[in-house]
Amino acid sequence: MRALLNIFHLGIKELRSLGRDKLMLALIGFSFTGQVYMTATGVPESLHKAPIAIVDEDRSPLSSRIANAFYPPHFLTPAMIEQYATDPGMDTGLYTFVLDIPPDFQRDVLAGRQPTIQLNVDATRMSQAFIGSSYIQNIVNGEVTTFVEGHRAVATLPVELEVRARFNPNLSSVWFGSVMEVINSITMLSIILTGAALIREREHGTIEHLLAMPLTPFEIMMAKVWAMGLVVAVVATASLVFVVQGVLDVPIEGSIGLFVAGMTLHLFATTSMGIFMGTVARSMPQMGLLMIIVLLPLQMLSGGTTPRESMPELVQNLMLAAPTTHFVALAQAILYRGAGFGIVWPEFLALLAIGGVFFVLALGRFRKTIGSMA
Amino acid sequence: MSAAASIVRVQGVSLRYGDNLALDDLSLDIPGNRMVGLIGPDGVGKSSLMSLLTGARAMQAGRIDVLGGNIADAAHRRAVCPRIAYMPQGLGRNLYHTLSVFENVDFFGRLFGHERAERHARIAELLNSTGLAPFRDRPAGKLSGGMKQKLGLCCALIHDPDLLVLDEPTTGVDPLSRVQFWELIDHLRARHAGMSVLVSTAYMDEAERFDWLVAMEAGRILATGTASDLRARTGAGTLEAAFIRLLPEAKRQSHRDVAIPPRDTGGAQEIAIEAHGLTMRFGDFVAVDHVDLKIERGEIFGFLGSNGCGKTTTMKMLTGLLPPSEGEARLFGRVVDAGNLDTRKRVGYMSQAFSLYTELTVRQNLELHARLFHLPEAEIPGRVSEVAERFLLGPVMDALPDALPLGIRQRLSLAVAVIHRPDLLILDEPTSGVDPVARDGFWELMIDLARRDKVTIFISTHFMNEAERCDRISLMHAGKVLASDSPAALVERGGHASLEAAFIDYLKEASGLDAEPAAEPQAQAAKMRAQPPGPAHGRIDRFSLQRLFSYTRREALELRRDPLRGTIALFGTVLLLFIMGYGISMDVENLRFAVLDRDQTTLSQNYALDLGGSRYFIAQPPIADYDELDRRMRSGELSLTLEIPPHFARDLERGDSVRIGAWIDGAMPTRAENVLGYVQAMHQGWLMEQARRHYTGNLPISLMTIETRFRYNPDVKSLPAIVPAVIPMLLMLIPAMLSALSVVREKELGSILNLYVTPVTKPEFLLGKQLPYIGLAMVNFFLLCALAVFAFGVPHKGDFLLLTVAALLYVTSATGLGLLISAFTRSQIAAIFGTTIATTVPATRFSGMLDPVSTLEGGARLIGEIYPTTYFLNISRGTFSKALGFADLGFSLLPLAIAIPVILALSVALLKKQER
Repeated sequence: MRALLNIFHLGIKELRSLGRDKLMLALIGFSFTGQVYMTATGVPESLHKAPIAIVDEDRSPLSSRIANAFYPPHFLTPAMIEQYATDPGMDTGLYTFVLDIPPDFQRDVLAGRQPTIQLNVDATRMSQAFIGSSYIQNIVNGEVTTFVEGHRAVATLPVELEVRARFNPNLSSVWFGSVMEVINSITMLSIILTGAALIREREHGTIEHLLAMPLTPFEIMMAKVWAMGLVVAVVATASLVFVVQGVLDVPIEGSIGLFVAGMTLHLFATTSMGIFMGTVARSMPQMGLLMIIVLLPLQMLSGGTTPRESMPELVQNLMLAAPTTHFVALAQAILYRGAGFGIVWPEFLALLAIGGVFFVLALGRFRKTIGSMA
Repeated sequence: MSAAASIVRVQGVSLRYGDNLALDDLSLDIPGNRMVGLIGPDGVGKSSLMSLLTGARAMQAGRIDVLGGNIADAAHRRAVCPRIAYMPQGLGRNLYHTLSVFENVDFFGRLFGHERAERHARIAELLNSTGLAPFRDRPAGKLSGGMKQKLGLCCALIHDPDLLVLDEPTTGVDPLSRVQFWELIDHLRARHAGMSVLVSTAYMDEAERFDWLVAMEAGRILATGTASDLRARTGAGTLEAAFIRLLPEAKRQSHRDVAIPPRDTGGAQEIAIEAHGLTMRFGDFVAVDHVDLKIERGEIFGFLGSNGCGKTTTMKMLTGLLPPSEGEARLFGRVVDAGNLDTRKRVGYMSQAFSLYTELTVRQNLELHARLFHLPEAEIPGRVSEVAERFLLGPVMDALPDALPLGIRQRLSLAVAVIHRPDLLILDEPTSGVDPVARDGFWELMIDLARRDKVTIFISTHFMNEAERCDRISLMHAGKVLASDSPAALVERGGHASLEAAFIDYLKEASGLDAEPAAEPQAQAAKMRAQPPGPAHGRIDRFSLQRLFSYTRREALELRRDPLRGTIALFGTVLLLFIMGYGISMDVENLRFAVLDRDQTTLSQNYALDLGGSRYFIAQPPIADYDELDRRMRSGELSLTLEIPPHFARDLERGDSVRIGAWIDGAMPTRAENVLGYVQAMHQGWLMEQARRHYTGNLPISLMTIETRFRYNPDVKSLPAIVPAVIPMLLMLIPAMLSALSVVREKELGSILNLYVTPVTKPEFLLGKQLPYIGLAMVNFFLLCALAVFAFGVPHKGDFLLLTVAALLYVTSATGLGLLISAFTRSQIAAIFGTTIATTVPATRFSGMLDPVSTLEGGARLIGEIYPTTYFLNISRGTFSKALGFADLGFSLLPLAIAIPVILALSVALLKKQER
């Protein structure tokens, strides 16, 4: 009971301290509103305004039909260029795709001579390169087939593939980007708040003061975990409801309550990580660097930026130890696919386990190093 | 005195902090060539006045002329700042704690533009005369309080100022060091004829020696004149008494002379503190050497000693903060144990440094501590106001501690220490910096606690009149207790005139300091006088490389003293390149799919097998029904499900049109698009395959072919595409974070003052700090490139010189961005958070790493267009993958080059050269 009271009062102190730093509050506000909005709306659909150029050596009705088939939003209106402009254009990154239609293309197609169109792709732009080239192939195929059908019968099999995207029928990246940005901010903020707050107490000598009082390291640590976790949970939930659902109009399939429960577990893990890092770093500059180095893989490799399946096995397995991996998985399941607890319980369990391990580790290190903090 | 002789002229100056009026229409002429003392209680505006007249704080109202010009005028400030030296309040506040004694003084010497030989001669002289020479290489942070003050003085004196401003220089300094300090000042004044000194002090005995005094109260001047003037005017015997008589009626009434009732020593007394052979070692250094103590309950026990003699360490061991290396300490008969919370509840501890929460108000601090000690909730408001009244905190209850003068902060610390009515008080220099009236108030309170409530008080102090009030005192030196007895007995024992004399004698004896150490410095001083005056005066360039490099050196030294930071920066990026290089993969593959086959014929199975055979897809166990399909897709297990309709093979045979349903998990749009592309291509392939079987005739199935050439990376491997993109990202995040804390850290720890009061300009300050980080970042750059080429086997095909030039420009922007954030944030936490926000998302999302900038929209597009990473990424990819050089990519250097002055100009605009 006393311990609980101590944890409560110390936590209130943390909240008051944070409330005093107006700039920090403004930054928190920005990261959960402006930044979410900007990232969600700014980063386009997978293929958006891809710069394409066409070298039309045929100048036939068919070649211009092909050229006209590329238009926004997937592609920019194609630049019609001469062949010699291909290399410099691609070298400087002006065009991701250059489609080269050979001379006598239309004639050869109609004569059934199977001519070849060359498609140059800038493979350094990986995300556009793959999706774009399959789009272009489909478009060119479609245009040629339709064109030829106007002239003679084309033999095709009557098998149609009817593709539908579930959970996000238009494959809108706003849906995905907004929620992932909220998740990134949750992780970043919770680690910074707890870790840096601990270093700050050490640098200002207040830790020593706490230690001379009838308080245990466990209480001091729990207070930081709950107070900072609460701040992040409240701000993140508000962001989800008002920014993601409200302003960005993203439909949320599943239960926000269940998501918040998952977030609480995630915060338990990340705040513990923050404290652990606060005991490793000896000063704020060290803390800053350490944080970047931990945060970057947590964000980039969690499955929120690129698909987990595509990562090397080793990275996939390593990232199982990261709370973000499970949090991203459960967030996607709940928010997009409307999954219930029956489906996401393994992630809940994983987060609880990871959080528990980090908490115990952090507490152990906190106890051990606290003497040298005074 | 005539107006012409005055060195500082203050006219109608007012200063407000929020609602708090610190200086109230104050006017004053301070005569030159004298030692002028500012005396007065805490919070009357002494420090504010000092920071205004040195130009450290911006003027609000009124006018101050210093050395013949208006200090509010920036040009005049620049011109006279080499002639003014300012040592702020607080032990070593403007020093750099990781730098050694020599490096600290050297830093200031460079700032003032001394040549090497002259600088070294001056430093040697100053260190010798202050007795710091033996500690030349010790980090400033490891010096004792008195030594820090001496070092601060050395730093202030390095440029031979005409006006020396010392804000409570001897607060917290032991009597011997204090004597030495004033001797030093006297020597310096004798040497440098015409040097004016302005000192504030809480020690009235010190004030006696000043030539001219200014007594202040509530932001106004009470009286000015010599010490004897003041005494004569008030008819008091001592200056202390005179000062008290000068106070307004209301304040004076609360003051009484402290009377100490004798302690009741009858009967067996409980032992409150007992220590046997208490020893503390830090490595080879023995901080506390076999200390024995026995303090009875209700006793006031004084702990005296030079700075750094082990008093604080002993106290920390008694509170359980530090476990002793040897020996044991008992409180109330129980061995001190860090885990024992009950004992801690009986103890009130006040540490030397202010260690309360500066983000909480006075009231919130008091309430927090009351709650943490579990005072019943109902009692708390009463107790808080009771304590507030006793410690005269009433008017500042809702103020933040940072806004309060040292003396009031000390009172708050003491109030916090007693709020839970402890049985034992351990107070580490509780009255340092507290004015005489308030100090007497403390003592009344403490005596009351000790005599009436039998509270044991263990107190360390540098005030002799306080030591005299203790029941017993111990003199400590170099970790050992020299003598323990009642004050009177100690004075008698050596036949000294006063306790102070006895104390100084003990210390001199113990440290082997018998002769006056001043002979040598004086000889040196004579030597110095023969030299031509230093170049510091009169020649103030608007831009000086030496000042700039002075900051560079300082920053580099600090970086070198913290090797962990450099290591994290270098190895951290290497590690990240590895993880990210391998981890971020743009090839979407190994996608899990399953089939709901409602046909179950060879043909339908063939369709599914075709998909499973590709490297992109991995077949999962087939799906039985729609429910299962739904569940498995919701859990994220399957990225793609195919539904093959009943009678698929039969209908196809008949030539009827058939539809295969494909469900793609759209939760992750990029992945979904890839799946879409793959599955369509696969479907086409299957169709062709089937067609070839069915139509054996010569009907051409495809009308044409598309030959796709993936340029620059023909095998479409992820590594060659990702590594050149990860390098720019890392070179933004890490260098920015390295530099981001450098300015805000000085703000938080106080040394930013050096920017305010020395000739260094804002561009010099910023650029100087930036250089070491640019250097580190370039090392980082070469390391990453080597790793990319040799470890990852990503060939660098283009012009490496171009990449290097671009990298130099780029990391200059990156470190500049960190400094920019540092320039406007106030706390280190906000700087870390701000830097993370300002670098992570723009560098990873808006700069073309995953999506080309030209495809972005809105704010993201705008940021992408101006963010340096965009251009460096372009160059990095160009030189790594596309074999390009200056001719092709030179234009991308321009935006990188433009970013540097823009960022610097913004930082200069946001950084303040004066406190506000």
